Amino acid sequence: MTAAAHATLAVRVLLFGSYADRLGLESLEVRLPVPATVRSVLERVRALPGGGQLPERPFCAVNLAHVSLDHTVAAGDEIALLPPLAGG
Amino acid sequence: MSVTFLTAEPIDLAPLLASVQSPARGGVASFLGLVRDHHGGRRVLRLQYSAYASMVEAECARIVAEAEARWPAKLALRHRIGSLEVGEVAIAVVAGAAHRDAAFDACRYAVEEVKRRVPIWKQECYSDGGIEWVDPRGAGRTAAAEPA
Repeated sequence: MTAAAHATLAVRVLLFGSYADRLGLESLEVRLPVPATVRSVLERVRALPGGGQLPERPFCAVNLAHVSLDHTVAAGDEIALLPPLAGG
Repeated sequence: MSVTFLTAEPIDLAPLLASVQSPARGGVASFLGLVRDHHGGRRVLRLQYSAYASMVEAECARIVAEAEARWPAKLALRHRIGSLEVGEVAIAVVAGAAHRDAAFDACRYAVEEVKRRVPIWKQECYSDGGIEWVDPRGAGRTAAAEPA
């Protein structure tokens, strides 16, 4: 690992439903400076073409569990941005 | 045996009921969620369900564990994905307990938590040819009409 000031981490981001439609993709890799939170991942995604249509505070999950935007992410995490849930 | 909560096949209620029955359980409550033929004044022909499958399995396991910890009950649930016609079963939840209160309460808890927490989405296909993602937060708050 390089010095902390230059350290980065990569996470996998999954998009579903209407969010995947709006960005035209279902998954991507995002590389971020350490430390990073789910909010930093979301900001990257919202900066992509079509990403501005995502809400500022969507439901998010890390490694298959719901988390808040302040959740700290680690290298290799699977981050999911979840449109309004509609099961049942 | 690992339980799969998500299925692409029609949901068969009988094995779910059997899985929560025992000589000690005198009450079994069940809930079925069916595809409805209308929404927001429009005629619905079918629903297309999709899911974040691995998280569905994890979250449903947590919900069942929570309910079984909170009530003296045994639960089983299934949720279907894919294309469902009007009247087909999208979700089935069953709870067996010694008495009816625990069975009803545990079943209701699981249904509500699935709707609140489990990452499943659906598109409504209307008789006028339109297709829209369903946003249960309120009628009219669905995404802009998606191309078919």
